[in-house]
Amino acid sequence: MEFTLSEERRMLAETAARYLRERYPLELRHANAARAEGFSPAQWREMAELGLVAALLPPEAGGLGGAGADIALVFEHLGRALVVEPFLATGVLGATPLWRLGGPEAGALLESAAAGATLLALAHGEPEGRYAPAHVATTAREGAAGWRLAGRKAVVLNGDAAARLVVSARVSGALTDEDGLALFLVEAGAPGLTRRGYGTVEGGRAAEITLEDCPAAPLGAPGTAFPVIEEVLARACLALSAEVLGLAETAKGITLEHMRTRKQFGRPIGQFQALQHRMVEMVLEIEQLRSAVMLAAARLGAPRRERERAVSAAKNLAGRVGRLVAEECIQIHGGIGMTWEHALPHYAKRLVMIDHLFGDSDHHLARFRDLGMAG
Amino acid sequence: MDLDLSPGEAAFRDEVRAWLAAALPARIRDKVRAQKRLTKADHEAWHALLAGRGWLCLHWPRALGGAGFTPVQKHIFEAEMVAADAPRIVPFGPNMLGPVLIEFGTAAQKAHCLPRILSGADWWCQGYSEPGAGSDLASLATRAVREGDHYIVNGQKTWTTLGHHANAMFALVRTDPAAPKPQQGISFLLIDMASPGVEVRPIVTLDGEHEVNEVWLTDVRVPVENLVGRENDGWTVAKYLLGFERTGLAGTAFSRQGFEHLKRIARIEQADGRPLAEDPAFSLRMAEVEIDLMAMDVFNLRMVSAANAGEAIGPEASLIKIKGTELRQRITDLLRRAVGPYAMPFVPEAFDEGYNDAPIGPGHAAPLARQYFNMRKLSIYGGSNEIQKNIVAKTMLGL
Ligand SMILES: Cc1cc2nc3c(=O)[nH]c(=O)nc-3n(C[C@H](O)[C@H](O)[C@H](O)COP(=O)(O)OP(=O)(O)OC[C@H]3O[C@@H](n4cnc5c(N)ncnc54)[C@H](O)[C@@H]3O)c2cc1C
Repeated sequence: MEFTLSEERRMLAETAARYLRERYPLELRHANAARAEGFSPAQWREMAELGLVAALLPPEAGGLGGAGADIALVFEHLGRALVVEPFLATGVLGATPLWRLGGPEAGALLESAAAGATLLALAHGEPEGRYAPAHVATTAREGAAGWRLAGRKAVVLNGDAAARLVVSARVSGALTDEDGLALFLVEAGAPGLTRRGYGTVEGGRAAEITLEDCPAAPLGAPGTAFPVIEEVLARACLALSAEVLGLAETAKGITLEHMRTRKQFGRPIGQFQALQHRMVEMVLEIEQLRSAVMLAAARLGAPRRERERAVSAAKNLAGRVGRLVAEECIQIHGGIGMTWEHALPHYAKRLVMIDHLFGDSDHHLARFRDLGMAG
Repeated sequence: MDLDLSPGEAAFRDEVRAWLAAALPARIRDKVRAQKRLTKADHEAWHALLAGRGWLCLHWPRALGGAGFTPVQKHIFEAEMVAADAPRIVPFGPNMLGPVLIEFGTAAQKAHCLPRILSGADWWCQGYSEPGAGSDLASLATRAVREGDHYIVNGQKTWTTLGHHANAMFALVRTDPAAPKPQQGISFLLIDMASPGVEVRPIVTLDGEHEVNEVWLTDVRVPVENLVGRENDGWTVAKYLLGFERTGLAGTAFSRQGFEHLKRIARIEQADGRPLAEDPAFSLRMAEVEIDLMAMDVFNLRMVSAANAGEAIGPEASLIKIKGTELRQRITDLLRRAVGPYAMPFVPEAFDEGYNDAPIGPGHAAPLARQYFNMRKLSIYGGSNEIQKNIVAKTMLGL
């Protein structure tokens, strides 16, 4: 058993913490989020140069880490600073299929992605699919001129700005079959690709995507992509759970400070036991989440069932704890916790909205139960 | 015991329902239904229609132009308003200041202000809270100093709901800083927002909306005849008003409507090949909320009926406020969760009249996350839920 960080990870953590502390104040975060791309390409590149994107990928994919502990560490720090740059879309959702399935372009693309030069996105979820991991109606057909995709993809994170999209499509089987799925690489300028970009509630960007007879290059052998899709989602859920941990830590810190300084009835509101106990509840739940994130990070390389159970446990807790912390911190702040000008509500929004990505707490609860019974 | 409406009550409900169906403009109803932004003109148009029917000022006696409703009638009326997707009555003039003036106002104040509330000539806002005085309202610091036949007012109010639409504010100000208890040196003043020295600054809330404001008061001259009640006795007036504020905060009609909306959406949304309404976990969450809602409805009726019998509502009002707001918040939470990933898109322009682009995802999804975050206010204002619990512990339980 070993709970201390390795030397490399300790340095990575320090690098991330220092950069975010010195170069990523909340006003800048808001300004980055308000740009057309939804982030700052310059800062994205700086963070990539520090190795924060490469840390999400293993050496064989041109990275410097790639283990669960690396993902958890990076995303916890991103959460602490409420970073909007496309770490998840590029470093996890887009890069993992390229690493796992290769293809002629994969090496160069991964290198460029890790350097912050090429933006990737995963177009997998569909308008009717909710959180079902194998729900894919988009079709792929091979013709004389190569593969062509047709279908619609929903809430594609950073899908509006991505230079390359990894798109899931079905070559055979029924709507929710795990067999018959394939992943493809689609160029941003491909004919037949339409993207409608928009902002999201917590300040990110996403896109609705329509594919009409859109040319695409297969990643791996079409029809067998589901295990990779599942692994991509597992890595994303770990990343998001760790992000919730970081967000919750900062929200807790801001709220503690408020409890110490805000005075009503002649004393700091932190002296009211009703509020003290609620803060303690939050601390307890955040510790539960921290442990669940550690477990999921440790099990990321384990056999499928073990990995998936640990990841669903973490994402379920992240959903529950995220909502609790968001709601309680706003409440303890009172009116000021409802204002755009204050930092806290922006953390609260991200804490809550992460539950809407890649399975909410109910989805992962059911999944955890189902995985347990199967074994 | 009979939990159903009497024939007379049912006839009244039908009358209200029929009138709403005929009188509420479709344009306004559709905006409320789609949770689009209402303009000042929308509110004013709707107030004028209600006033024309005699149903704007529900608490006031008929002789003064009010509806003269009994508590039961008022309850029925408010439920019908919500069910019809009518805008809620902006409460500050009709529900708050009106009853206060009727109880404490001078003849001149009544003669001047009440007709102007009915006609819509005045839009009032509530100037109670200050940056340093929220839950501890009695610590308010806005100062009013008597100078001849004027008070000179200096200070800052905050969280002033719709203050940017208002031309008048009723405010609590400190007139005697030396009083032995903070509650004793406070007065209730009517302030013309057009007076020199009044500055309204917007506060943008976490959902990006402008609903509340800061109001800065610098050497504002207020004629002494704008004092309501006695000088230094404003706390009595404020407490009287608070009673009216709190009864409206249960919002069971909103919960009922939100729940019906949730049922509609849960039948449309698909989860794992079946409607979300049949999802094992989600359907149980809905069932649990419905049980609470049914019980809450009856709790509310118990209070309404006690009020109808002339009984004073004490700390039960606090219980209703806590439970009612928690329930509304839980329903907005489920609504947000019901739409899955499509809770994410945020297109603020879509809430303006005349926006006709296709929605992103199902049309019902767009307002839900925004509504969830906005409704966090329910447990903060009107006396936070923690303060309500303190009241219950102290006055009801003697702890
Ligand atoms: C959207 C919105 C609209 C509003 N509109 C108006 C308006 O039109 N006019 C107006 O005058 N005001 C308005 N308010 C203000 C509202 O009444 C105050 O926000 C409320 O009184 C709480 O005060 P506060 O925000 O300063 O929080 P604080 O009083 O600072 O409270 C912070 C936290 O401490 C808790 N707390 C405080 N004291 C205790 C205690 N003794 N025991 C346990 N917990 C405690 C509170 O419950 C809260 O959780 C509005 C507020 C909002 C959010």
